[in-house]
Amino acid sequence: MRRRILPGFGLSLGYALTYLGLIVLLPLVALAWKASGIGVAGMLHLLSSPRTLAALKLSFGGAILAAIINVCFGLLVAWVLVRYRFPGRRLFDALVDLPFALPTAVAGIALTALYAPNGWLGHWLMQRGIQIAYAPAGVILAMVFVGFPFVVRTLQPVLESLDRDVEEAAESLGASHAQTFFRVILPMLAPTLLTGFALALARAVGEYGSVIFIAGNIPMRSEIAPLLIVEKLEEFDYAGAAALGTVMLIASFALLILIAVLQRWSNRWAEQLQ
Amino acid sequence: MSGPRRQPHWSRRIGHLLLMLAATAFLTIFLALPLAVVFVEAFRRGLHAYLSAIGQHEALMAIRLTLLVAAISVPLNVVFGVAAAWAIARFEFRGKALLGAFIDLPFSVSPVISGLVYVLLFGAQGWFGHWLELHDVKIIFAVPGLVLATIFITLPFVARELIPLMQSQGSDEEEAARVLGAGGWQMFFRVTLPNIRWALLYGVLLCNARAMGEFGAVSVVSGHIRGLTTTMPLEVEMLYNEYDYVGAFAVATLLALLALATLAIKALLEWRYGDEIAAHAPGGH
Repeated sequence: MRRRILPGFGLSLGYALTYLGLIVLLPLVALAWKASGIGVAGMLHLLSSPRTLAALKLSFGGAILAAIINVCFGLLVAWVLVRYRFPGRRLFDALVDLPFALPTAVAGIALTALYAPNGWLGHWLMQRGIQIAYAPAGVILAMVFVGFPFVVRTLQPVLESLDRDVEEAAESLGASHAQTFFRVILPMLAPTLLTGFALALARAVGEYGSVIFIAGNIPMRSEIAPLLIVEKLEEFDYAGAAALGTVMLIASFALLILIAVLQRWSNRWAEQLQ
Repeated sequence: MSGPRRQPHWSRRIGHLLLMLAATAFLTIFLALPLAVVFVEAFRRGLHAYLSAIGQHEALMAIRLTLLVAAISVPLNVVFGVAAAWAIARFEFRGKALLGAFIDLPFSVSPVISGLVYVLLFGAQGWFGHWLELHDVKIIFAVPGLVLATIFITLPFVARELIPLMQSQGSDEEEAARVLGAGGWQMFFRVTLPNIRWALLYGVLLCNARAMGEFGAVSVVSGHIRGLTTTMPLEVEMLYNEYDYVGAFAVATLLALLALATLAIKALLEWRYGDEIAAHAPGGH
């Protein structure tokens, strides 16, 4: 009854639904429809091809590894940015968002220039027998770059609201620094770390622009699944591209649901802490 | 704040210092260095080579196209974002949570898939491909395809910024305006819009940065026709693949400057209007 005072329900909802339907839903239906064209047998054949399997393995395995690395470094950076005061802290804090703002193609060529065998850092690493660019390590490096802000930005507000009394209580009861961290702080952060992990993972799985330059795109070795979709399109294998796209889309949906569940858990947890 | 804290032991101070050094070293090597390399590589052959790379006809056409694509897609997503936020934050209806999830969907889809779906709709072998060919309309490998893919990718930004804010602001002021006799649009322009203006600007800023910088989605629908369907990120790719590194990095500096400007304005908005951008706790208005 109260709601009816406000106008524009039909107009705004109708417009939003129509727009969303035309821009997002209709195209996704076309994708599923095209993918179903190759049938179950065709799908299995496509997915069992060694090249597809290798690409999916790299996209998902690499993204998981990158998300784990991001959780470690993200926790370190978020912790330092929240707890310590030092000159340039605001600048470093703003820098965290760079991977959000920097276009992926620019990130891609910049990382390649740094880590290519003749690059600034790659030159030095190469002498020590470490190859990053044009190898799976390069793919993971780019995935770490794009996923990094998600972990820090998820952690920061929770770290800020963390009650320091608990830590001080643990320490006054004789817990060492490490014990306090691993037995008191880390368990409190667990749901948030998992949420950040899932967000970074979701971003890295589908990443394209920043990866393809540094990857070298060697089939069976450093070729990611999104690139394989592009290659299938270039060969006019629309059904194959659609099928692979659908597999990735389903994985994204699963991750999306997981993230929603984790966020709910994390929020409830944060409320309990306060 | 809790009571007075004891002076940290010297070993603990060293621990703090080491953590601080590790974090700042990571940020410097991992985030600042890639940014620096863009500018260094672009100016490797000096200012003249840089300026002539930027002044190339293809580069200028790419800049123009990028501005055009953003100028079409950002306003469309602003209108959508405001409409969706109005419906979701001001009314109760079935399927609201589902609608919210669908708005977020483009964020979790691989950019390549965002381009692929339009090829499947409008490409030569797509659903509408034959019809489009008969009527001589080009969408894929043309500007409309670039615009569609960009709209898809940037669709959530404005809505996502506005929904939590409008939910936390509540509708008291709007209802008061209505009771006092304001018309629908009058209420919108005099009450709603002023209340959400900074959050709206924030959303537009992020939406625009992504629209101008998008690569994967537009790369699939572009066809890479030089001077016609290459936006700036695609131009960067083409120059790079032709081993014209100075050219690629020169165009990349413009995109990097866009990113830096976006971050600066974003920080400014957060610092100056933080309360009016982020959703505050209900009742805290």
